[in-house]
Order: sequence, then structure tokens, then C-alpha cells
Amino acid sequence: MLKPEQKKELEKITLQLRRDLVEMIGIGVAGHLGGSSSLAETMAVLYFNKMNFSADRLKDPNRDRLVLSKGHAALIQYAALCEKGCFPREELKRVKKLDALLQGHPDLSIPGIEAVTGSLGQGLSISLGLALALRLNKSPARVYTIMGDGEQSEGQLWEASMAAANFKIDNLTAFLDWNSVQATGATKDIFNIPDLDKKWTSFGWHSINVDGHTVEAILNAIEEAETIKGKPTLIILKTIKGKGFSFAEGNPAYHNGILTEETYKQALKELDAIKAGL
Amino acid sequence: MEKQSLRKAYGDALVELGKQNSDVVALEADLGKSTMSCLFKDAFPDRYFEMGIAEQNMASTSAGLALGGKIPFYSTFAVFASGRAYDQIRCSIAIPRANVKICGSSCGLSDFGDGKTHQSIEDSNVIKTLPNMIVINPLDAVEVKKVMKFLLSYEGPAYIRINRNDLPVFTAEEGEFELGKLRTIVDGNDALIFATGAMVWKSVEAAGLLKKDGISAQVVNVSAVKPLVKEEILKYTAGKKAIITVEEAVKIGGLGAGIAAEIIGEVNLPFEQVGINDTFGTSAHGYDELLEKYGLSTNHIYNAVKRALNK
Ligand SMILES: Cc1ncc(C[n+]2csc(CCOP(=O)(O)OP(=O)(O)O)c2C)c(N)n1
Repeated sequence: MLKPEQKKELEKITLQLRRDLVEMIGIGVAGHLGGSSSLAETMAVLYFNKMNFSADRLKDPNRDRLVLSKGHAALIQYAALCEKGCFPREELKRVKKLDALLQGHPDLSIPGIEAVTGSLGQGLSISLGLALALRLNKSPARVYTIMGDGEQSEGQLWEASMAAANFKIDNLTAFLDWNSVQATGATKDIFNIPDLDKKWTSFGWHSINVDGHTVEAILNAIEEAETIKGKPTLIILKTIKGKGFSFAEGNPAYHNGILTEETYKQALKELDAIKAGL
Repeated sequence: MEKQSLRKAYGDALVELGKQNSDVVALEADLGKSTMSCLFKDAFPDRYFEMGIAEQNMASTSAGLALGGKIPFYSTFAVFASGRAYDQIRCSIAIPRANVKICGSSCGLSDFGDGKTHQSIEDSNVIKTLPNMIVINPLDAVEVKKVMKFLLSYEGPAYIRINRNDLPVFTAEEGEFELGKLRTIVDGNDALIFATGAMVWKSVEAAGLLKKDGISAQVVNVSAVKPLVKEEILKYTAGKKAIITVEEAVKIGGLGAGIAAEIIGEVNLPFEQVGINDTFGTSAHGYDELLEKYGLSTNHIYNAVKRALNK
């Protein structure tokens, strides 16, 4: 359970992560605003409440791991890692520039990143391997994976889903960022998957549906997942792609879009307005 | 010449490594009785993961195990171990330099009966184009064991190619495998044959035939088609009259192409490549029939040497 001041703190962090996103993308350069912003609350809860993870113990074998299977949303993870002190703030300004620390997709050279992702569909398998290794080592650490809803069409992901159930993996919690939009349009139009949540449960997973923009709901779901034994848990985050930015919400143009000077300023203004209301 | 199973050597070696290091784990995609990773399953059931017929997941799961500090060896038929999981090997394993050892079993034409879908004639060529990957082709069961021992100490991703058939054992038990190092199997001074994997033995036989004609051919074992070390290659070229490369793989992007790229501009000698032309395999009742059909028999090597010397 979150105390009111803890909740407020997480909401502040969420706002800061969204602000970092806008600043990282900047003006006139394309960046994955939509699918990053939909994860701000989840990142805040994981890194700033739930995970056993800190910048001075990046190699601690018992740290919790977060694998961003939808690697194109790296910016939101970079924002969180920066707030955690994994690298200096100046690095955020250099994202994707030649020879920058912060690469276009998660890379092991970046402090705090646990797996190379970007080719969709592989993150759950990598997480399964990590979870198996931790179990062999009798480590208390947990593995978290974040997948996209468009990513659900990748076959490998279902191989991993079946394998995790087969191996009765319960130190792994996966998130499905169900923001209903993929790269080129609405997920239901591009590649509709009926009964997506039932598919996961029929593959042997425990599943929980939550509002992915409410920090308490996310936290409660993660805590429920910790109590489930003998099977992995999927937390389905009902989210809005581009959340927090009126022009980007639900708009595929901001999957990997350019911010103009106008939209950039508007984005920061909208964040300021939310901050004033906190 | 006594023949031994390279697959059995792989399974035995895997068990040996498992005894030496409790971080060694093995993964398989329902072919453990063929690759012989089943021996590891018997010895260390807790450290063996039957992944089902799902090679892409097996590749990325291996990467996760490696990131968690384990030393995973995954095996299945070479076509599936490599091609089926190419992007997984690229993204999950090669880019992060994950400490994963991939065993492509029943490589080349060695799965003679199953035909073109199962004959991996391009796996080693494809995998070697990936940065951070090394590719090793043991020539006999003894070398398999040495390579496996080496792989345990080598930190990084590797691809090892295992022949399905029993092959003559003609290397000594003593000595260690050294990556990038070339070794003379038969000494000679007219022609220089660089051969890899099962083709080393065929080249040794060809050298025997050539000797009867008064031609002396040196047979050099190239265990690793990657890395190829220029200085190592050039150690052998001095005084030779021709160079011949021999591999059980398509010529495009294979050993021959690799050797040629290293020596071009350095030595100017007639050059012949023995390998598979730009074509898929086919079913046959025996391995040697296929080696004959695809130009990899002892006679083909013998003829290639003669052609090169007459250039
Ligand atoms: C294997 C693979 N195919 C295609 C892409 C290109 N791509 C990047 S993001 C994306 C859409 C992802 O949609 P979704 O999973 O819904 O992510 P979100 O909308 O949450 O950003 C695509 C097709 C990729 N990165 N990897």
C-alpha cells in the first residue's frame, strides 16, 4: 500500500520522466514519444518503489532486472535510469548523437540496461533466461519485462510464453503496454488479436488487468504477482499512447514523430499545468 | 583409420564441462538424442532445459542465462541453430557479446538422408559475418573435445559445427586448441591446401594420391573459419606454387573467400576453391555420395590441386 506522500512522490517522478522525454527528443528530431510516455507510471513504480536496483550496485547479482522488450521505448527507461543517477543529466541531451552513451535502442554499454533489445519479440525470452539463471542461483531477485501490444504478433513471444509456463517460472513478471496503437495505426486495424488476455491465461499465465496510468494500481498488481507461485504473471496495463500530451494521445504520428517548436513548447506547458495541480 | 562420433564427443565433453563448472547449462530443441546433449541431461537434469521445437526462444533464452552469469550451450541441427534464429543470435547474443555457445549439429551435407531442408551448407558463412561471433569447425572427435575445453574458458559467443557422421580420428589427444592458429596435418612444399572440418581428412587422402604422382601437398587444418589471422596464413605460403581451399560449405562467403581476402596483394599464387557451388543439397543414402555430387570428394581435391599447379 502506498502512503499519500509516497503516491505524490511517484506522481512527481512520473511528471519528471515525461519532461525528460520531451527534452531528450527536442525540436526537429524524431523520437518515440508515444510508446515511451505510455510507460511513465510503470517506470516510476518499478524503479522508484518496487525494484531492488541502485546506481551504486549495477552489478549486484541479486538486483532486480528490467528488460524493455519494446526497446524503441528506450527513452523512458533512460529518463528513469538518469533520475536514479546511473549517468549524468548531460547525457540526456546527447541521445542518439554520434558516439553518444545513450543509443537509439537499449545497449549493454549503458549503465543500468540489462539486455539488448530493439528487434521486437526477443525480450521475454531473454527475461526467461535471466529468470532461470536467478532460480538456479537461488537468488531472491525478480525479472520484469515490458512488451507492446503490437509486439504480440511476434511468434517468438508465444514460444517464450509457453516456455515460461512450462518451467513454472514465478520470479518473472511481464507487462503488456496495451496502448492500442502500433507503428502505423490502431492495433485492431493493423493486426487484431482477439481475446489477447485469454490467450495468456490459456498459455498458463496468471493475468491482472490494471489502469496503467495509476501508480497504486500498478504497484498493487506487482505485489499480487509476487504472491503467485508456480506460474508467471502478466500485468496488462491499459494505457494511452502519448499519454500526457494532448496532441499525441492515441496518435500514431507520434509513434516516432518529430516535435516542432510549437508542439515542444505545448508539451512542456501541459506538463507544467499538471504539476501545478499536484 | 578408426572412426569416432563427433556428436558423442560433443555430449561427453559437455558433461565434462558440467562437472568442472556448475555454471554450465545446456539447452536443446527436441533433438538431444541426435546432438547428444542428452548425455548432459542425464548427468545434470537441473541444468538442462528442453526448450521444445522453438529455436528462436532457445537462442534468446540462452542469452538471458548468459546475462545471468551462466555458460549456456545450446544445440540443435545446424540449419535451425543458425538460420532459424539468425536475428536472435544477432540481437540477443552477438551485439551484447553474451557468453553463449551455439552447437550446429548435423552440419554441412552430413545429414545426407534428410535432404536440402536439413543440410546446412551456409550456416558457418552466415554466422561468421556477425561481429563478435567466432566459428569453429572441428575435424574429428578429438578436436571436438579440445574445442569444447577451449570454449569453457573463452568469454564470448561462439558457433561450433558438428558433423553427423563418424569420422576418422587422426589428431593427437595431447595439446590444446588455440583460436586462430593453423596446424599442419601433412607436410609438403608444392601445393598448399587449407581445409576445414571433415574436409581435412579428405584433403589428407588427396595429398596421398598426389604423392604417388610426385606432387607434394601440405595440408593445413583451419579449425576456425573465423577468426582468420593473416600472419598465420602467410606463415605457410612462402615457397608454395599454388593455394587450394577446401570446405563443406557454399563457396560464397566461406573459407576460400576468407583466405583469398587475407592473402590478396600479399602473395600472388594460383588459387582454387573446393566447396559447394551456389546450390542447395539433396537426399542420398550415404554421405560420400553427396560429397561426390557436390564436388567435395578426395578426387575433386586432387583435381583442384592439379589444376592450380597447371595454372
Ligand atoms: C522485429 C521487429 N520488427 C519491426 C520493428 C519496427 N517497429 C518498431 S516499434 C514497432 C511497433 C510496436 O508497436 P507496440 O508493440 O504496440 O509498441 P508501442 O505502440 O507501445 O510503442 C515496430 C513495427 C522492430 N523494431 N522489430
